[in-house]
Amino acid sequence: MTSLTLPQSTTAAVALSGVTKVYGRGDTAVLALDGVSLDVAPGEFVCLVGASGCGKSTLLNLIAGLDGISGGEVAVANGATPGLMFQEPALFPWLTVAANVEVPLKLRGLPRAERRARVAELLDVVQLGDFAKRRPHELSGGMRQRVALARTLALDAPVLLMDEPFGALDAMTRDLLHDELERIWSQRRLTVLFVTHNVREAARLADRIVLLSSRPGRIIYETRVDVPRPRRIDSSEIAALAAEVTDRLRSEVGRHGQ
Amino acid sequence: MVSDILSARPGSGTLSGLDALEIAAREKGATRAGRIWGATWPKIVALALALAIWQFVFWAGWKDPWALPGPVTVFRDLGAYLFTSALWDGLATTARRAAIGFTAAVAVGLLLGLAVARIRVLRAALGSMITALQTMPSIAWFPLAILLFQLSEQAIFFVVVLGAAPSIANGVIHGVDYLPPLLLRAGRNLGARGLSLYRYVIAPAALPAIVAGLKQGWAFAWRSLMAGELLVVIATKTSVGAQLQYAREFSDAPRLIAIMIVILVVGLVVDAAFAAADRAIRRRWGVLDQTKA
Repeated sequence: MTSLTLPQSTTAAVALSGVTKVYGRGDTAVLALDGVSLDVAPGEFVCLVGASGCGKSTLLNLIAGLDGISGGEVAVANGATPGLMFQEPALFPWLTVAANVEVPLKLRGLPRAERRARVAELLDVVQLGDFAKRRPHELSGGMRQRVALARTLALDAPVLLMDEPFGALDAMTRDLLHDELERIWSQRRLTVLFVTHNVREAARLADRIVLLSSRPGRIIYETRVDVPRPRRIDSSEIAALAAEVTDRLRSEVGRHGQ
Repeated sequence: MVSDILSARPGSGTLSGLDALEIAAREKGATRAGRIWGATWPKIVALALALAIWQFVFWAGWKDPWALPGPVTVFRDLGAYLFTSALWDGLATTARRAAIGFTAAVAVGLLLGLAVARIRVLRAALGSMITALQTMPSIAWFPLAILLFQLSEQAIFFVVVLGAAPSIANGVIHGVDYLPPLLLRAGRNLGARGLSLYRYVIAPAALPAIVAGLKQGWAFAWRSLMAGELLVVIATKTSVGAQLQYAREFSDAPRLIAIMIVILVVGLVVDAAFAAADRAIRRRWGVLDQTKA
């Protein structure tokens, strides 16, 4: 489905080298991330998988520049700020759907006519053209998350960071949104770094799955997903791959539990 | 061109199918007339009951009629009072003082609240003092105000601002303190920094708490103003409070109660305006329970 060829060691879209994050000071200091190194190629879809509390969200915050690193280096190609999506839609409840999507365009100072056309186009991309004048509270959870996606896309950032964006949705809605995200990713040639604790979701979406250990967060395992797209989350290949990754994750969690 | 894009969307019907089920049930409500009647009749009954009790107390002869007249006498007097220039001149003066005093209190309260909410040193220094100021009965300020400004409008404004500004400042502080951190992070990721973060995220997110603060501030301002007009009577300028004072001095009980009714109605009308603003905001935000609206 995608005619994407991974470039051989050209400049990475996101390059992390030895990223360390410490919270607090002195005796109460907590090492959240310990020397995380990861290169994400332009156009690549990478899923970060780990148990809760392993610093996955911290890592995304660092890449997005919302939090400072304690050591190492974070580089995003062309210095562009990546778009960030959260588990909650984080829409502005006082604005309509269209006005929410318009905010980043306004902040970039685009003229009104251009903003309108862009908002219509983006709502179209997430299939919510008919809901432009609604307010967030009038929408279902899946629709809100699609508005959040449109709002993030309005940044025109080449890199999209997603922090368990579908974690709060029911399985059927999540399935549909997987399809939509895959379509948008391939059409717009985005680079996606997607955090989840759902191994199946990772196998369904990713070009590459990266496993993170807990406390401190370290990369412990990496695997390429060679299942051709389009994929189905309930296909046997995805299930087999998910089982393999789950075993890895389980042995890791077990080692820490002892 | 734009409408073409909007209408040509194959597949959106099926994709929205499950979502549509979820949102369809939320769009119901009683008719407008029915809602208004439902909200009004208990108030009418309560008012009728209050008038009936007043009438019975009058008939029972608990107090002499010159001290406590019956409702009929009072409302007849109110009817006559409505056609005097004294009432309207007084109302004009009082309304002007209320507008100036409240506007000054809003300016002071907003600036103070914003400064205290965002600057840590100021919060440590002034945070609890603002709340302490709020507990001070405004009438207790008047002796000092009269010493400072004599019997002048400045004395009244001084007390009105001191009475109302702390409530407004507290509303702002509360609104900023309870800002969801997620909205701030989202705003910053979307490119809002510094002033634009205030414009696009902080101010609108804090608006419901700010309106609540304004509403409370108005209640304090109105009470302070009435207390001030009773104490600071300026002979050349009539006002609602001054006329209340005159009515007491002439032992004109029907007029006194008529003026009290005017004060009550003004307070209710302004309060209703704030309540309407509050409801409109909450409806926009989707935090108003639609079945109770």
